[in-house]
Amino acid sequence: MKCDRCNRPAIVHQIIISGGQHKEVHLCEKHAQEAGIPNPGKQPINKMLEKIGTIAVPLKATSVSCPQCGSTLAQIRQSGLLGCDQCYDVFDQLAHSMVERAQHGATQHSGRQPGQGPADRARQHERSRLLRALDDAVRSEQYERAAKLKHQLADLNHSKDVPDDNDGAGESA
Amino acid sequence: MSADVPSPDDQIFELEADVVLTSRARIARNLSGSPFVHRSDPEQCQTVAEEIRTAAECVDLPGSPVWIDLAEISNRHRRVLYERHIISRQHAEGHHPRGVIVDEDETTSIMVNEEDHVRMHTIAQGLQTDHCFDQVRDIDRSLETKLPWAFHQRLGYLAACPSNVGTGVRFSAMLHLPALSLTGDLKKVQNAANDLKLAVRGYYGEGSESSGNFFQVSNQVTLGCSEEELLEQFQQVILPGIIQYERSARRALLRQDRVGIEDRVRRDIAVLRSARLIKVDECMRRLSTVRLGVCLGILDDVDLRHINSLFVLIQPGHLHERVGDALSPREALVTRADTVREMLA
Repeated sequence: MKCDRCNRPAIVHQIIISGGQHKEVHLCEKHAQEAGIPNPGKQPINKMLEKIGTIAVPLKATSVSCPQCGSTLAQIRQSGLLGCDQCYDVFDQLAHSMVERAQHGATQHSGRQPGQGPADRARQHERSRLLRALDDAVRSEQYERAAKLKHQLADLNHSKDVPDDNDGAGESA
Repeated sequence: MSADVPSPDDQIFELEADVVLTSRARIARNLSGSPFVHRSDPEQCQTVAEEIRTAAECVDLPGSPVWIDLAEISNRHRRVLYERHIISRQHAEGHHPRGVIVDEDETTSIMVNEEDHVRMHTIAQGLQTDHCFDQVRDIDRSLETKLPWAFHQRLGYLAACPSNVGTGVRFSAMLHLPALSLTGDLKKVQNAANDLKLAVRGYYGEGSESSGNFFQVSNQVTLGCSEEELLEQFQQVILPGIIQYERSARRALLRQDRVGIEDRVRRDIAVLRSARLIKVDECMRRLSTVRLGVCLGILDDVDLRHINSLFVLIQPGHLHERVGDALSPREALVTRADTVREMLA
């Protein structure tokens, strides 16, 4: 397949869903770079190492340590445990890969947030369901269904401002 | 043939108690701004323990809970708490300032300074994971009004171990699977559990061996799904599948060799009712067969609740507690046999 903008072979292929319409984009390396889309075949080596995780140990120990608990990269790699809540930001990449591995690929929290009441939880539950359905629809190229799901998600997000009589019901003091 | 099979008491099947001994829901939480437990010095552990204890005193926790300072009680008492599944082995064996808040009927406990600053759990007989979750979620919400939980917008609630981030919720059930053990199909359950991202552990959870054909099954993944989705998947999809598999294996055993199963059950109850010395492993094994016999309706003069209690009462800490003094290995064998005979008389 050729690039949308020139005659060179396309190496990046994307499907963009917008306003219920889906559009396919095919770009060569030069035009993909101009559009700010990374070339999947030229993924930086450090991104690959992230996936390998604790097996890859730097030859020179880094001097970075967490300002809150003093944990170093080497200590976290060795113990498999983070030292405090700040470690998750200080060692963001390592923490991300450790979490991804421990959680069988999951990287995004979709559960309760602090202070959420039952009505918020119901909304969050529905949002989580719609996001998964949208993901399925895109994967299986059901673009009409995907567009409908996106509308439902947008409606759900707008309904956030509408007060709910049940909000906070049953909450402990 | 089926008309000849005695019907066990229907109560046994309430809450799936023929297969599910207990179910549990636990939530792990940490304080924002404090090092996690393994990075804290004793002074920091003490400060955190006091902060959590004070917060717990200020909120309305159910069941008249009490605070137990684990550094202040004896090894024997820590052992008893562990055998009752109120605290974990790691918590019992720690050396840093730590404690546990436990309610009067010992169904809800809040471990302070275990691997995480707070690990709260509720345990119930039979399959009641939803009830357990309701209870422990209310405690979490109460404590949240007083304590700043460590929370990350993308990763959710933070924990020392990445396997606990996100919801921090773990559901578990203690399953009695004697028929699947006998038919050799347990491996299939373990393989299926791996595929379903479940952990299968022994009688005392992480790091423990299976004993008495008891297996603790729990969700491995705590991130990427809401608490409700995890609960629904666990209680309405995963566990019913395993329970039905065990029940089918039990029915198949009866069909194939009813006399053989009855013989095994009656021999084991006879030994338990007459033994004067018995080791814990042998006792667990024979109690497991007797429990199977009760659930199959082979034994109608044995109360399932007594059997369930015995799995706890025959453990070393409880034997020491019963006598009130340290026991020699032989005295432990005698006291265990006495305990069993009394309960099964």
